[in-house]
Parts: sequence; structure tokens; C-alpha cells
Amino acid sequence: MSMRTLPLLFLNLGGEMLYILDQRLRAQNIPGDKARRDEWTEVDRKRVLHDIISTMFNKNFIEELFKPQELYSKKALRTIYDRLAHASIMRLNQASMDKLYDLMTMALKYQVLLCPRPKDVLLVTFNHLDAIKGFIRDNPALVHLVDETSQQLIEAYGGLSAGEFQLIRQTLLTFFQDLHIRVSIFLKDKVQNSNGRFVLPVSGPVPWETEVPGLIRMFDHKGKEVKRTEFRHGGNYIAALKEGSFELYGDRVLKLGTNMYSANRPVETHTSGASKNLASQSQQSIAPNPLAKEELNFLAKLMGGMEIRKPSGPEPGFRLNLFTTDEEEEQAALTRPEELPHEVVNIQATQDQQRNQELARIMGEFEVTDQPRWSASKGDDLLAMMDEL
Amino acid sequence: MVAADSEGQKDPRVRMFRRERSIPLRGSAAALCNNLSVLQLPVHNLTHFGVVHGPSAQLVSAAPEGVPLAQRQLHAKERAGVSLPLITQVHWCVLPFRILLVLTSHRGIQMYESDGSVMVYWHALDSGDASPVQAVFARGIASSGHFICVGTWSGRVLVFDVPAKGPNIVLSEELAGHLTSVTDIASEHAQEQDCIADMVTADDSGLLCVWRSGPEFKLLTRIPGFGAPCTSVQLWQGIVAAGYGNGQLCLYEASTGTLHAQINAHARAICALDLAPMVGKLLSAAEDTFVHIWKLNRNLKNGCIEVEHCHGECVPDTQVCGARFCDPSGSSLAVTGYDLAEILRFSSV
Repeated sequence: MSMRTLPLLFLNLGGEMLYILDQRLRAQNIPGDKARRDEWTEVDRKRVLHDIISTMFNKNFIEELFKPQELYSKKALRTIYDRLAHASIMRLNQASMDKLYDLMTMALKYQVLLCPRPKDVLLVTFNHLDAIKGFIRDNPALVHLVDETSQQLIEAYGGLSAGEFQLIRQTLLTFFQDLHIRVSIFLKDKVQNSNGRFVLPVSGPVPWETEVPGLIRMFDHKGKEVKRTEFRHGGNYIAALKEGSFELYGDRVLKLGTNMYSANRPVETHTSGASKNLASQSQQSIAPNPLAKEELNFLAKLMGGMEIRKPSGPEPGFRLNLFTTDEEEEQAALTRPEELPHEVVNIQATQDQQRNQELARIMGEFEVTDQPRWSASKGDDLLAMMDEL
Repeated sequence: MVAADSEGQKDPRVRMFRRERSIPLRGSAAALCNNLSVLQLPVHNLTHFGVVHGPSAQLVSAAPEGVPLAQRQLHAKERAGVSLPLITQVHWCVLPFRILLVLTSHRGIQMYESDGSVMVYWHALDSGDASPVQAVFARGIASSGHFICVGTWSGRVLVFDVPAKGPNIVLSEELAGHLTSVTDIASEHAQEQDCIADMVTADDSGLLCVWRSGPEFKLLTRIPGFGAPCTSVQLWQGIVAAGYGNGQLCLYEASTGTLHAQINAHARAICALDLAPMVGKLLSAAEDTFVHIWKLNRNLKNGCIEVEHCHGECVPDTQVCGARFCDPSGSSLAVTGYDLAEILRFSSV
């Protein structure tokens, strides 16, 4: 589908991740002077956000991101967020990471689905970036980095036609297809039904450049209006109020993509196995996955540009729990859907350089299904470099 | 299932349609436009349905009450070592001596026998002068006489000459007329002698091209767009019905391109149009969850095109992506929605 979708997907999911981590860190916040060594403080929270944001907006990383490419699988993208979430002193267990990713993806699915116009997904992205700048507003260098990404967005997307945005929207919706995880905050706000589907309202302002439904105008051969009738559309729409700004700064008008979490609203999901749609997941894993090699290449390139700070000195990793208690997190870990059996590709670094070791370590974390159909030829760039053939 | 007119309980037009038994699908429908094709086979008491899921398309055959009888999944052809291509559309083409099922994807065009059992033809897309940022795909399928026309990402329309039987299908022409990606194609038999326009193609910029088919296709008129993509198009008795990404539905005189009706029909992008040609009924379905049925008419006194609204149905919380009449009189219809793993069916009471 569209080759321009990845930056939008990545930046918006990243924004949601930051909203959730920020809220969760605040909820576990202990005043600085009272905190024990292993408890979160305000300073810690700011540092975590700062570290993640500076990794996300790293120049090399963003450059790779904006290259035209197809969208990769949820699994591949999830790996980037795993790395991103661990870009600082914070540590997340698998169960918490699962929950974080579920929340991020369902939130963005909701935002994309409810965008009035396909082009409005750009406004959603600006809302996320505006909020991200708010998190690091006391760091002008970092704000500037985010602004540069905003500028790149304007250049890459500002001139696209409505038709091209429609293709982008369809591509994004393909990525989110069949995800029906129920999110507490959505259920409470009645924007999601108990079956996991989002509520599509039939009232409110129509999108910018759309007319309120109900009018029929008829013309003669010369173009003169000869008849005007009305029909009952069935919805309860009003005219659009104003258009959001696509500039670096401005009133976005649209609320989608702004931070819906606050200190008072706990971050919860219901994650019953059924609504995770196990059937379609298992179908995906069983089928031969020719995507894997392309994904490995893509991820290596992308994360090669990601500078991961190594924890310096004897600092412990601070563990963040996305659940309310440790017991809940343990319970969630037990009920995670079992991964289907697959082979792990053992990759050994052939060169001594630190960068290749880092990439090799990243590659070692991947799980690749067996593909007897292909043989990796010596010409295959990345795998040949990494494997001992 | 909620009928549009909730007041006026005494209005005989209220609750014209009732919900019938759904047909389950193995995979949910993808968020594409024109994502439902229906082949009516009254002789066999069967209806075939075709829906795109993503990398696969699903064919389902059903008996009159919607009882599913047979199921098949088709995939786009892939190159070894590259990701599974996504399908853009699946559509039955009724030709004078045969019916073929056409499947378009990001790789090319596949043609099958009508039950999808045998592939009879494969055409790989030429990505030639596409820039790296350009998505390459085929989209927009219609039959015109013994030709099958398929649109592409570049705006070119490929015309395939199909023999009465066998796999000897030949690419006979490439039509130039569009500069942006083709979205949909519609055709009708040019029955009357002065009704020479028998095919219309639409694109992402909203431009419509009206053609006369033949050994060489001739471009008759161009109807410019206004910024919104034309997502779906139909042709009936020389009337072009065009649905747009901003929810508008327009009717044009095919031979001249004159606008005869402009309807503020939907609050979101229209994703599908269909015709019940015997009665001049048009249905429009959109991402705003509504399906509307319209009656088209030619005023015999002045030849002007008229349209009236018949009925509207809301499919709650469903971003509709495909809709078709299931019989020539327009008394039953089928609807698909993004993320929905079933085909919804309605019939008039």
C-alpha cells in the first residue's frame, strides 16, 4: 500500500507510549526527599522521558524512518518500541511491555478510525509532537530536534493530495485490522463497545471540506439549478467549525492525539485472550513468513541509527509496572498467549566493531520462522554479514 | 440495525429494509473502497460474494436464504523472498460467453474461472518509471463487451481482449487519460444507438473519463474533479453516478459531461456505489456507517436527470467498505465493513 506510512505510525505510537509512561510514572511518584533508592521521583520521570525522546528523534534514526518503505508487521514494529522503552534506566517486564503496546496500538487505531478526513491524521501527529515538546520544554536542544521532525513532516506530507492521504489511511487501518483489545478508559468513556469495536458517532461537525448531508440540487443542460430538495440523512451533523493548522505551531482544532490520560485516570486494559484474536495471530505465525528477511534488514538499518545509551556505573534498572500491583503483573505474565514454536536464528558477529556487535545482539533477539523454501544466497546483504555461512 | 427515519412511523417508506442472516467470513474485510463483489446466478439459485481481507481474498457462495455453501481463499501471486502483496480489489466480470473473476493487487492482475478454481491469466505490473515513494498497484475492474479493463497506479487503464474460452487473453490496449491512480471503472451495454458512451473510469484526483469501447477505445469526455478522489462510479442509461471522498454524490450526462445533480449524500468518504439497472436504483455506502438508496430518472419532457432519495440505513459502528444489490430489482443488498468478519444482508419488506 502506501510507502509513506511509517513515520506517521512510528511517531504517533511513540507519542502514545510517552503519554502512558508519563502517567504511570506520575502515579508511582514519590516526593524526592522521601524516596528510597529504588522508588521513582520526579527527577527520574523527567529523565526517562528525556532519554526516550532523545532516542526517538535521533537524526540518523529519523532519516531512516522517512525513507519510502512498506509497513512492516506489528511484531517487527513492537521490537523497536521494546528498545525505545529501555532507552533509559527504566525496565519493563514482558507482561507490562505487552500491555503498553496494546494500549498504544488501540489508542492509535481509535484515532485513525475517527479522523474526520484522511489528511487529519497529520493533525493527530502534530498533537503528539506538540505534547512531546511539552514534556521536554526545559531542553531547547531537544525541542529543536522535535521541531526539525515536524518540519520534515510538513515537507513530506504537506503537498499530498486527498487521494494519497486516503491510501495512507487505508494502509494504517490494514496495520490495525482485527485488533479488538478492550481498553478500560475507552470503555468508561463509551468510545469502545464491550465487543472491542469502536463507537462511530453519527453526529457532530462534518469534516472540513464536506457538506452536511441532506441536500439534493438538480441542474438542466445549461447548468442552471432547476430543483432543490432535501432528504433525511439519519445522522445529526453540523457544519465544520474551522480547519486545524498544519503549520509548525497552531491550533490543531482536532482533539484526537492529545493526552487522554491524566493523573486521576488509571491506565488499564482488559486483555482477555479471546479479544486478542488468537486465531488470526496463529494463522499469521504459521504461514511461511517471507517478511522476516526484509524486516530484519529494515530493523537493523533503523536501529543502527538508534543510539542506545548504555547504563553507566552501578545504577540499577528501575522497574516500571504497567499494572496496579506486582501480583497483577505476574498473573498477566502467566496468561499471555503462548508463542508458537519457532526457531531462533543464531547470529554470530563476524567483525569486531562495536556497531556490528550491537546489531548482532539486536538480531539475536529476533525469532524467525523456518523457511525451507529459500536458501540465503551469499548475495543477501545483512544476513550474509551476520551469519557464519 | 437502525432505519434512518426514526420519526414518521406512519411513513410507508420507513423500515423498508430488514436485516437478514449474515454470511460469516474467515477473515475480516479490509478498509478498501468497492470491497464487495456479487455474482448473481439465479439459474443455479446461488449468489457468489467476493471480499478482500488483505493478502487474501475470500469467495463465498450462498443459497437464497444466505446459507453459506462453499468457500475459497485466493492469494496474490508473490515473488520469492518478498512480502505477501496486498490485494486491492476482487470483481466478477460478466462477458458475452463467459464469466471471469479478476483479482488486482500490488503485484499485478490475476484472472480466474468464475468459481476461482483455476487461474487462466496473470499480468505482472510494470513499475517502470515509478518513483520509490510511489505505491504500485492495479485497481478498478470492469468488463466491456469482450474486454476486461483494469486501472493502474499510474492512471493507465489496461484493456484485455478475452476470447470466448481458454486462456488466450491478450493485452490489447493501454488507455491514457488519467494522470493519477485509477480508483474505479464502470460500464454498461450501449443498447441504444445514440447512447455511445459505455465505459467510465475514475481516479484519485476526482477526474472522470468517459469512453466508447471497441477494437480501439475512444475517449469521449473528461469530467474534471474538484479535489476529492472519486472513489466509486456507476453508469446507467448514459448517466454517470460518481461518489467522492468528501461524501458527495454527483450525476452527470455521460455524453456531454454536464452536471445534472449534486447530492450532499454522506458525512464521510463514499466507498461504494451499485446499480439495480432494471429499476434505476442506485445505492451509495460510506465510511459514515450509512447506506442510502436513490431512484434515478430521466425526465421525458426535458431529458433532464432527476434523483430522489428512497431510503437510508445505518449500520451502527461500522465503517462500510463495500455494498451491492443482490438482485436486479434492488430488493436485497449486501454490505461489508472494515474489521467485520461477516457479510451483512438486507432485504426489503
